Order: sequence, then C-alpha cells, then structure tokens
Amino acid sequence: MKHVISPLDLTTTELDEVLTLAEDIIADPKKYSNVCHGKKIATLFYEPSTRTRLSFEAAMLNLGGSVLGFSSADSSSAAKGESVADTIRVISSYADICAMRHPKEGAPLVAAKYSKIPVINAGDGGHNHPTQTLTDLLTIKNLKGRLDNLTIGLCGDLKFGRTVHSLINAMVRYPNIKFVMISPDELRIPNYIREEVLTDHNIPFKEVNVLEEVMPELDILYMTRVQKERFFNEEDYIRLKDSFILDADKMQYAKDDMIVMHPLPRVNEIATEVDNDPRAVYFTQAKFGVYARMALIMKLLEVEEC
Amino acid sequence: MLNISGLNKGIVIDHIQAGGAMDIYHYLNLEKTECQVAIIKNAKSSKMGKKDMIKIEGSLNCDINVLAVLDPNISINIIENGKIVLKKNPELPLEVTNIIKCKNPRCITSVEQELPHTFKLTNPEKRIYRCIYCEQAFNRKHK
Repeated sequence: MKHVISPLDLTTTELDEVLTLAEDIIADPKKYSNVCHGKKIATLFYEPSTRTRLSFEAAMLNLGGSVLGFSSADSSSAAKGESVADTIRVISSYADICAMRHPKEGAPLVAAKYSKIPVINAGDGGHNHPTQTLTDLLTIKNLKGRLDNLTIGLCGDLKFGRTVHSLINAMVRYPNIKFVMISPDELRIPNYIREEVLTDHNIPFKEVNVLEEVMPELDILYMTRVQKERFFNEEDYIRLKDSFILDADKMQYAKDDMIVMHPLPRVNEIATEVDNDPRAVYFTQAKFGVYARMALIMKLLEVEEC
Repeated sequence: MLNISGLNKGIVIDHIQAGGAMDIYHYLNLEKTECQVAIIKNAKSSKMGKKDMIKIEGSLNCDINVLAVLDPNISINIIENGKIVLKKNPELPLEVTNIIKCKNPRCITSVEQELPHTFKLTNPEKRIYRCIYCEQAFNRKHK
C-alpha cells in the first residue's frame, strides 16, 4: 500500500504513469466513469478548502465511487480533542482511501503511519501539497508539451507557499530547468530549499524583486497568493499582501507562449483583466486538477486501467 | 584557578560550546544519576577560546553519539584507573527520537499528544537534522 505525503513519494516513473493515465482520462473520461464503483474516498479536511476538497470529491465521483468526510476541524472529533492517529484508525474501516488537509505540518505523515488505507496529503500547513504539484505538472506537460527545458518564474509568497516548495522539488528531477524567484525579501524561498534542493542539485536560479525585468525570459509564471492564514502578525500580512500584482501591462513583457499558472484561490495578485489573456491558464489548471486526482486515486487503489 | 580532582573511572565530555553544558546535563538526565558530576563552565581553551566540560565519575548508561546532535564539536574521554583509555568524537546518528524537540509551532508534534519527536540526519556534512514531520531543521541555538 502506497501513501502520497510528499511529491517525492512518487518516483519519476510513477509520476509519468500517473500523468499518462491522466491524459488518457482527459482524452476519454467516459471510459473511466465506473472504474471505482463501490469504492469510497474519505475527505478529512481540518482546514477550510473549497477547491481541493471538491476536486477530490469530483474525481472520485467521476470514477463512479462515492465520498464521505468533513470540511473543517470544528465539524469533526478533532474539536473534542481526538488525535489524527485515532481518527485515521477509525476512518480506515469506513473508506478505501483518504485525502487529508490539515493546518499542522506533518499531520498526513502521522495519519499514514496509523492508516490501513492509502493516505493522500491534500496540503499540510505551509509544507507540502503533492496533488497540487501533480496538477501543475499535468498542466505544464499538457500545455507546454514537456517537463524539461523550462524557465519557471515563481512569484509571491515563496516562504510559506507550499505549492511552490513542492513544485520546485518535483521539477528539479527534470533536465535543464531554471528558476527565477520573485518575492519580497521577507517572503523569500526558505534556506533549506535554496541550499539543499537548488544549490545541492546545481539547479540554476536567481532571486529578484522586480517582476517586469524577468518576464521576457519565462516559459511559465507561477503566481501565488500571500496567505493571510500563514502570518502570526496581521501587520506583516497587510504590508506584504500587494507586493506583486500581475496586470495587462506586465503581461506585455511576456513571451507569446508563456503560461500564467496559479494554484488558486486568487485574491488580487492577478488583475481580472489578465483572465481573458490566452496565456492565463489558471482556471484550466484547476480543471486538470480533477484529472490528476482521478489518475492518482486509481493508481493508489490499484484499479485496473481500461 | 579552579581545581577539580581527576577521575578514577568515568567520562569527560570535553569541548562543549561555552554555555552548553547545562543543556547536555539535562539531555543526559544527569540530575537523576547517582554518579558524581562536575560541570565546568567557561574553561580556557586554546582551540575554542572558552569551553564547557562535564566530568562524570562512574559509568553512564547512554548513547553518547546522541551528544553529537546537540553539539557537533564535543569530544569524549573515557577514563579507567585514572587514565584516558579512549578519546573519541561521537558519530552522528542517522536518526534520533525524543532527544531533541521540534520547535516549529506549525508542526503536528506541537499538538498531537504522545507523538515521538523524531529527527533524521539529512546533511551529514553540514550536520543538519530535520523533523520527519515538518522537515524543520533542528536549531542548536533554540533548544
């Protein structure tokens, strides 16, 4: 039984298999509409999330399975003080697979240690979000046609942005990837990623704080939100939240085939005027998320492919 | 000059970063031992400027390699019959459990009761240990 807690829990071979399966699902979703009949996914969301939870639920429903779960810690036994370890022991006998979102980092790993069913990390604090990474990789592969030879700009909150950390970890495994990191000084990428992931793997990267200057060199611009919930001090949040706003003016500096991605939800870091630009793919990216999760669920449940 | 008598049989934990002796004292639970223990703080050191030392008369039942996690520069002298019979620098263990605590307030260990605090050696050259749950590096300055 396999769990997916970190993006690195899938080898590049396994990753390729999931992405290939996802592309097959995109090509013919009806073919997969009943492959998980009789299977249940438990969505254990200790932290509010509309998109990720519904994406998991839509994925299982699209596969012909069913869903159960909760959408906040207040509506679970966590409010009574039940541990993650105890919750997953019980849920293991109710469902066939589970997706867990938790505000504390490492909670899904704790669940995996006690679980009898596959656990998928649906986001743990500012740490990891592997299915967002799968979504991102599927989007890049589908829209750029490759996962290598890319210059990727990461913009916004690179300190607490788990999607960024996970994406870097996943992309460094492909040849000729360069990163351009655009953030305020206070929200720069954590040292351990700079040193142990980028420097140690000889991955070219640079850190800047002016978006326009680097726009022309990017194949992908990955925007992120400055997340209010990650700050202990609201003053810091207010000071930093509008550091980078992508608008139509800045898009003029970009290549014609650059794509703008965003894990969503967007607040105001991308002006709505960018939405109609064909290079803005963040809503398509959300759609790819369902396919990526369908493929992952099938792989972890070892469901026979059609 | 402070004078502490030599040991007949025991352990000298030497080259402790100045100010760090009490941390090691607590980590080794020396307050619970029946052994005679001498803590020397801010001793002059040609190599370090100043250093701390702990002298323990008697045998100590613990994994001294764990001390390398707390202070990578320490050295251990084993004393038998008043003489040093073994000098060694502790080797870094690949994993330590419930020796150091994760101080990341966002880590699951901050709320989940009874969860062992486990750290893995992720970079032997730089002697970096990370919490297996949140991957936060152990910071020796903030124990």
